[in-house]
Amino acid sequence: MLKRLFRHSKGEGNDCSKLCCTKIENFTVKVGKLTIFEDVNLHVHCGQLTAVIGPNGAGKSTLLRAILGEISHTGTLKYADAKGKHTGKPIIGYVPQYLKFDVSAPITVLDLFSACRSHRPIWLMPSNIRDEVEESLKRVKAANLIDRRLGALSGGELQRVLLALALNPMPDILLLDEPVSGVDQNGLEIFYNILEDLQNNEDMAIILISHDLNMVARHADQVVLMNKGVVCSGTPEEVFHDSRTRRIFGMLTEGGANHGGTGFVWVEHKKKKHQQGCGCPDCAEAEGDEE
Amino acid sequence: MEWLEYDFMKNAFLAVLLITPLFGLLSTMVVSNRMAFFSDSLGHGAFTGLAIGAVVGIISPMESLILFSVVFALLITWIKNKSSASTDTIIGVFSSTGIALGLMMMSYGGGFNKFSNYLIGDVLSITTQELASLLLVLVLVFIIWGLMFNKLLVLSINQSFARSRGIDVMLTEGIFAAMVAVVVAISIQWVGLLIINSLLVLPAAAARNVSNSVKQYHAVSIGSAMISGISGLILAYHFNMAAGATIVVISALIFFITLLLKPRFVR
Repeated sequence: MLKRLFRHSKGEGNDCSKLCCTKIENFTVKVGKLTIFEDVNLHVHCGQLTAVIGPNGAGKSTLLRAILGEISHTGTLKYADAKGKHTGKPIIGYVPQYLKFDVSAPITVLDLFSACRSHRPIWLMPSNIRDEVEESLKRVKAANLIDRRLGALSGGELQRVLLALALNPMPDILLLDEPVSGVDQNGLEIFYNILEDLQNNEDMAIILISHDLNMVARHADQVVLMNKGVVCSGTPEEVFHDSRTRRIFGMLTEGGANHGGTGFVWVEHKKKKHQQGCGCPDCAEAEGDEE
Repeated sequence: MEWLEYDFMKNAFLAVLLITPLFGLLSTMVVSNRMAFFSDSLGHGAFTGLAIGAVVGIISPMESLILFSVVFALLITWIKNKSSASTDTIIGVFSSTGIALGLMMMSYGGGFNKFSNYLIGDVLSITTQELASLLLVLVLVFIIWGLMFNKLLVLSINQSFARSRGIDVMLTEGIFAAMVAVVVAISIQWVGLLIINSLLVLPAAAARNVSNSVKQYHAVSIGSAMISGISGLILAYHFNMAAGATIVVISALIFFITLLLKPRFVR
């Protein structure tokens, strides 16, 4: 109760002022005359994992690329950190769905990191950031891959290396576009463990696109259902019990949600980051409902 | 070393020492960025550049060639980035337009013969002054390579990934394209239009077969370009053959040898 009062007094009318959060307002992307999605409003808090789900062609990947600034869009992205000072442009980390590259390219993992992180020409001079790269790779349990050629990495290894790269520099927002599609169970487990670790230890907002509704139900704090715009959003339970979700994912939800067998495994939803005292009214409301 | 007693051979030797590292270096990213066809079209575009120079007459054919090649390269890069048509179609359109326009203007009045030495190239005719300008270009390219290589490498992996790392794709591509254009333009009369592109493809193609890291890639590419350059020149002298073509044949030989060695080197 005290927390809630505190929050309301601070947050009234000027949300985002006391806690790091990202607001995506009225995002619309049009390519020619075709509208990919319109009027997307999202509110993402640091330390939370927001999962974006939806059918193919719903505009999920395009949304991430619009957040990245890679494609032109209308609408604004507002970002404020915990102290309310560092506003404006957040550092964004991005892990693509599937990195298409020439597997015969003579480029090592260290080369890739050095090229991205250092201005020192890597063809001429030895890398000056080897220790730093090793540190980054350790975080994703891939330190042994530092001298491996990119083309010789397995799918799961490559995704972990790309995640390490996205975390260097440590971003304010981490965007993951189906980062583990085509990765085996073992790799999947490692990947989600790393994400959980990040959520707990770094004050970072994570936006994840996934078709693995099971994993979403287990790991996400907030779920957004997209289909050419936001259809509904909320906690995993809210969204998965919503009739619109059932309509879009018809087959999947019916067996799973009711019997807990083939579809979803409902796990106690983690509320961890809400305790940080969020200034945003709608977040406070959502928390109030939960408590 | 009797062949070095002649002045023209001394100059040609120096020219090879300057040109081959340049091509070895640029070659790495021409191949990694899948620009083999692009660099080929630069040679074709050069035809128009030369012809414009000859017809207009205000600027020398060389100046006209460099200027036109840079414009040609930037135009291709720009349209490639703006249009949704596939890259090889766009380059194909430019390439054929370039060579046809050039041939049309050159053949005007039946004066094509004076251009024919550009087709084969003659490294033995290089002068000291031209060597100095080659050295200048070599130094400039090394400096630019030092400054922008990392970006170019990320770009060569994946364009959309490069964009997500904050790299200005069109600017980086444009600078690289212009650089290749200038190098092709100034060396075309020594190497010859017909074979210039092989020097931009073969060294790196060979290097890829036997290297695992960016540093090895560069070392092998520059090394193989220089070895084939020097040995090609000597062979051409002894057997009285076109130097450019001999150099290319040796480069190709190196490529096939590395292809056989590939399983031993690439992890």
